[in-house]
Amino acid sequence: MGLVLICTFVGAAAQILMKTGTQGTAPDGALQLFLYIFRSPRLFAGYALYGLSTVLLTVALKYGELSLIYPVIALTYVWVTALSVFVFGETLNPFKVVGLCTVIFGVGILGRASRK
Amino acid sequence: MHRDFWRGDPWKGKPEVSQPTPFSSILLVFGASLVGSVGAAFLKSGAEHLHRDLRSLLTNWRLAAGVVFFLASSILYLKGIKKGELTVLYPMVSLGYVWTLVWSRLFFGEPFTRAKLTGVGVILCGIVLLAMGNR
Repeated sequence: MGLVLICTFVGAAAQILMKTGTQGTAPDGALQLFLYIFRSPRLFAGYALYGLSTVLLTVALKYGELSLIYPVIALTYVWVTALSVFVFGETLNPFKVVGLCTVIFGVGILGRASRK
Repeated sequence: MHRDFWRGDPWKGKPEVSQPTPFSSILLVFGASLVGSVGAAFLKSGAEHLHRDLRSLLTNWRLAAGVVFFLASSILYLKGIKKGELTVLYPMVSLGYVWTLVWSRLFFGEPFTRAKLTGVGVILCGIVLLAMGNR
């Protein structure tokens, strides 16, 4: 379960990097997009981290139940929201705070079940 | 510009103006959640066939299928969220967790338990709240 937690954090970092890497200038065509990824260090790092998080997920799946591990990926939303506050200066509102706590609570239920 | 992270196409700087969610978008995002959950099932099956040697990694078609399904899922998702309200579409992706419960039972013999159903239900509620907070 610890592995999945790292996996969600890496996935969130990847999303933030992709967001800061694109800045609304991404080209349309598939090939142009592919080349663009290699020209933008942040975007490249973002995709690399995505790959890493998939590797971590695979290793976690080898040792745990799919039905317990996969929903824990929802924690990515929590990290992205939290990181967005620090990196982009986004503001939190009551919906977001309650939503974050609810997701964490749900993940906690699954985490507890996985230890039995 | 950064404030629009949760809305609109991440490849574009500006979000689409909020509009009624077209059925095609709902169908695309629904498909994305389904395809993604199948990808997770392939990844699980591939992981079970993984041993501590390079050969079991490189000849593992199940893992490759999982990655392809994940990519296909993200393409469907990006196409789906071009139009429509992300408050509706975003939480729909998490329906993938529900499908995964079904695949886990069908293909890997993992039982439905009260904890799993409650956990996934609570997570879904939380993601709906997060999406409402990003409105």
